[in-house]
Amino acid sequence: MILLLTRILSKIALAITVGLLAGCQGGVLDPKGQVGVDEKQLIILSTVLMLLVVVPVIFMTLYFAWKYREGRDEIYEPKWSHSTKIEVVCWTVPIIIVLILGVITWKSTHALDPYKPLKSDKDHITVEVVSMNWKWLFIYPEQGIATVNQLVFPTDVPVSFKISSEGTMNSFFIPQLGSQIYSMAGMVTKLHLIANEPGTYKGISANYSGPGFTGMKFNAIATPTEADFDAWVAGVKAGTHDDVINHAILDQASYDKLAEYNTDPHHVHVATPVQYYNSIKPGIFHDNVMKFMKDHGKVELLKGTSFDSKMIKGSMDHSDMDHSSMNHSEMSHESPEHMEEDK
Amino acid sequence: MSILGKLSLDAIPYHEPILVGTFSAVVVGALALAYLLIKYNLLGVLWRDWITSIDHKRLGVMYIVLALVMLLRGFSDAIMMRLQLALATNGDPGYLPPHHYDQVFTAHGVIMIIFMAMPFMIGLMNIVVPLQIGARDVAFPFLNNLSFWLTAGGAILINISLFVGEFAKTGWVAYPPLAGLQFSPDVGVDYYIWALQISGIGTTLTAVNFLATVFKMRAPGMKLMDMPIFTWTCTWANILIAASFPILTAVLAMLTLDRYLDFHFFTNDGGGNSMMYINLFWAWGHPEVYILVLPAFGIFSEIVSTFTGKRLFGYKSMVWATASISILGFIVWLHHFFTMGSSANVNAFFGVMTMVIAVPTGVKLFNWLFTMYRGRLRVTVPVLWTLGFMVTFTIGGMTGVLLAVPGADYVLHNSLFLIAHFHNTIIGGAVFGYLAGFAFWFPKAMGFHLNVKLGKAAFWCWLVGFFMAFMPLYVLGFLGMTRRLNHTNNPDWNIWLYIALVGAFIIMAGIICQLLQLYVGFRDRKDNLDTTGDPWNGHTLEWSTSSPPQYYNFAKIPTVSDIDAFTDMKEKGEAYVRHESYEAIHMPKNTAAGILISGCITVMGFALIWHIWWLAALGLFSAFVSLVVRAYTKDVDYYVQPDEVARIEKAHLDSVAKG
Repeated sequence: MILLLTRILSKIALAITVGLLAGCQGGVLDPKGQVGVDEKQLIILSTVLMLLVVVPVIFMTLYFAWKYREGRDEIYEPKWSHSTKIEVVCWTVPIIIVLILGVITWKSTHALDPYKPLKSDKDHITVEVVSMNWKWLFIYPEQGIATVNQLVFPTDVPVSFKISSEGTMNSFFIPQLGSQIYSMAGMVTKLHLIANEPGTYKGISANYSGPGFTGMKFNAIATPTEADFDAWVAGVKAGTHDDVINHAILDQASYDKLAEYNTDPHHVHVATPVQYYNSIKPGIFHDNVMKFMKDHGKVELLKGTSFDSKMIKGSMDHSDMDHSSMNHSEMSHESPEHMEEDK
Repeated sequence: MSILGKLSLDAIPYHEPILVGTFSAVVVGALALAYLLIKYNLLGVLWRDWITSIDHKRLGVMYIVLALVMLLRGFSDAIMMRLQLALATNGDPGYLPPHHYDQVFTAHGVIMIIFMAMPFMIGLMNIVVPLQIGARDVAFPFLNNLSFWLTAGGAILINISLFVGEFAKTGWVAYPPLAGLQFSPDVGVDYYIWALQISGIGTTLTAVNFLATVFKMRAPGMKLMDMPIFTWTCTWANILIAASFPILTAVLAMLTLDRYLDFHFFTNDGGGNSMMYINLFWAWGHPEVYILVLPAFGIFSEIVSTFTGKRLFGYKSMVWATASISILGFIVWLHHFFTMGSSANVNAFFGVMTMVIAVPTGVKLFNWLFTMYRGRLRVTVPVLWTLGFMVTFTIGGMTGVLLAVPGADYVLHNSLFLIAHFHNTIIGGAVFGYLAGFAFWFPKAMGFHLNVKLGKAAFWCWLVGFFMAFMPLYVLGFLGMTRRLNHTNNPDWNIWLYIALVGAFIIMAGIICQLLQLYVGFRDRKDNLDTTGDPWNGHTLEWSTSSPPQYYNFAKIPTVSDIDAFTDMKEKGEAYVRHESYEAIHMPKNTAAGILISGCITVMGFALIWHIWWLAALGLFSAFVSLVVRAYTKDVDYYVQPDEVARIEKAHLDSVAKG
C-alpha cells in the first residue's frame, strides 16, 4: 500500500509539472467541427442559464444558515409557514427557466439531430462503421476500400456514417467532432459529422462492451484537402502504405476472420493494429447487418404468417420486412434507395 | 453434468491474491465476531431479539447494519477502481486486469444502489414511519421480517460471488447482448440476476406493506394531508417501488429465459432486440433514483423544520412537489440513451420532461430555504449534512439538467461527466440524506447519543472528499474520457485522476470517523443516554415515545389534530400525561419463518446460478413448505397485560420528569 502511494505521489508531482496547464485541449470543449462547435455553445448557454438560479440558491443557503443561526438576535417566527407570494415566486422562477431551456432544447435537438445530413456545398462521403469485439471496421462503399481502427476523410466535407455492430453494443464517438451514436447488431444507426480543421482526432467507443473495450480506439484523420484524401485512397488500393497491414479484398471470409475474437476471460486483449483492405465485396456491410434476421424469418413461418423465401437467402430485399414494431421509427433499417448507393 | 452442476474446484479463485486476502480477512472477522458472541453469551439474544424479530424498529436497525456493511464492501470497490485508474496511466496496465476490474465496477454499482442505498432508506423508513403515524407496527409484521431476509439473501449471494465463481462483467445495467449467453457464458450474470431478483421481491413486499400501513393504520385524526413529510416522501417512494420493481422483475425474468432456456428476447439473432431490455431496465431504473432520493428529501425537511424550531414552510407545496416528481419520474427514462438513435421529436420530448422535474425539485429547495428564514437554526450534525446537501445537490441538479439537453448529451453521454453527475446527486442527495437521518434518529432508535465531534469530522471529510473525488470527473468528461476504461494513455488526464484518488481517500477518512463514532458512542453510551425521548425538541410523534421506543410503540394511540402532532401536544400540555389505567395491547409474536423461507430461496438462487437443478428444486420446495406451515400457524400473537404497560410507562415518565 505504501509502495503504491509513493508511486502515485511521484506521478502527481510529474503531472503537476507537465500536465496542469494543458487546459482543455483534445476534449469536447475543443471542437474541430461544426457539430461539436454547436454543441459546445449549447453546453455553455444552458449552463449560464441555470447558473442564474443555482448561484442565488447556494448563496441563500449559506446566508440564511448564517443569518438565522441560534444565538443571533434575529426575528423568530416559529409558526410562519405559508406565504402565497413566496410560493408563487418559488414555482414561477424555475418554470420560467425551464420554459426557456425547453425551447432551446426542442430547437437544438432538431438542429443537432445526428440523423440529419449536414448542410454543405460539397457532397458528403459515406462511411459504414462496424464495431467488432474489440475494434472498429470502416467500409468506404463509394471508394471500394475498408480500414480497421483508422478513419480518414477530407476536411470540410460532411461525412455520413452508417453504424452497426458485429457483437456487443458500442458507441461510435470522436469527441472533438461532436455527437456519438450507439452501434447495435442487426441494426443501422446514422450519424453526420464534419471536420473543419485538418488534424488527427481520437476516436473511441463510449459504451462499455467487454474486456477489450479499453483498447477500442482509432484515429480519425481529417486530411487538409480532398486531393490528399484521394491520394490516400489510391494508396490503399495499391497497397503502398507500408506502415500498416495491407490486405486484399474484404469479402465474407475475410470479414468473418476479422470478426473473430478470443472469449477466454484471462486473454490479454491488445489493441488491434491499423489494417487496410484494397477492395470490398459490394454490399458486405448490408449483408452482415441483415444476417441476424435470418432466424427471424423462420419465426414468422412458424407463426403461420406470410413468409418471403427471400428472407433466408443472403440477398434480402429488406423493404419487404416490417420491423417497425421492433425499432424506433427513425431507426428502421435503411431505405432501399440508400442500399442502391452501397452497391 | 455432475451432481454439483457447473460448480467445481476451478470456481474458487485461489490464484487471485487480492481475493485470497479478502477471504482471509472475512474469515478472521467472522471468527472474531462468533467468539465475542459466544463469550458474552449473545447468540440467544441475537436469535430471539433480532434475527426472528418482527418489530419494525429492530428490522430497521438490521437494515441499516446491512447497509453499512455493504457500504464498506462497495467503497472498497471504489477505492480499488480509483487506485487502478491513478496507476494505469500513460499506457501502464495497472494492477487490475479487465477480467477483475470489470467485475469490480459492476459490483460497485449493484452493491451501492441495491444493497447499500436501498437498505439504508428502507431501514430509516422502518424505524420512523410507523412511529410518525402513531401505529404499533406495520400492517404485516411477519412480511416485514421476510422482506428483510430476502434483501439479506440477495446481499449474501452477491458476496458469495467474490469467493465462488465470479460476478458479472457487464456494468451494473447488464445490457444485452453483452449480458447474454453468447458474450457472458460464465456465472457472473447469473449471480447478478438472482441477487437482484431475490432482494427485489423483498423490496416489492416492503412497499406493499408500508402502503397498507400508511393508508390503514394512521392514528385517529391524522388525515393524509396531516402526515409528517418524511412519511409522505416514503409513501411516494413506496408507490414508485410497487409500480416499477415489477418491471425489473419481468425484464430480469426475460434475461433469465434467454440465458437458461435459449429464448431470444434480447439476443442479436432469432428476432431478439436488446433495445427492449434497455428501455425496460430504465423504466425501472429511473423511478429507482427517485425511490432513493425522495425519502432523503423528506429527511431534510424534518431536520430543517426541527432544528430551526419552525413549522415546515409550504407543506402542501412539498407534498405536491413530491407527487409531481414521482409521476414525472416515470416518463423520462429515455434520457439514459438519447444516443440510441431515436428521432429528434422523441429525444426532445424526453429531454424537456426531464427538465420539468427540475421545477418541483427547485421548489423543494426554496421551501427549505424559507423554513430557515426567521428560524433559530441549531447547527448540529444533521443540519451540517443538510446544508452540505443543499449546496452539493444544487450543482448535481444543474449538471443533470445539462445532460437532459440531448444536444449536450450527445457529447457528454457515458463520459466521466455523467459519472460525476449521478454521484453528485446520489451521494450529495440520497447518501447525505441517509447520513443526516442516521444522526437525527440514532438517539431515538438506540437510546443514546453519538459523539458530536466525530460526527462533524465525518461530515467535513465526506464533503471535502466528495468535491475532490468528483469535481475532477466533470473535467475529465469534458476532456473526452469515457466511463469503465481499464487504463488510460493521455497525459492531460493524469492530474485529475490523481486528485480524484486523493478525494476518495478523504471520503475513506470520513467513513473511518463514522465507525469510530459508533464505537465511541457505544462505549460511552451510559454517559449519553437520551432519557426524555425528545432530544431535539421534535415536531412529530416518534419523539413522544421513549428512546428506544417500547416494543408496542404507544401505550395509548394518540389522537392527532395538527401536522406537527407532538409540538401541538406539547403546547396543549397533553404530552407526557400519566394515565390512570391502560388496556391490554395486541402484539405479534416473533418468528423464524422469515429467515427460514429466505434461506431456502437463497439456496435455490445459488443452485440455479450453478445449474444444480436438484438443489434448486429442493430449495424452492422447502421455501414453499415453510410458507404453508407458517400460513397455518395459529400461535402468532399475544397480549401485553395492562399492569405490564403501566409499569413500563411509569418508568419512562419518571425518567422524563428527572430530565
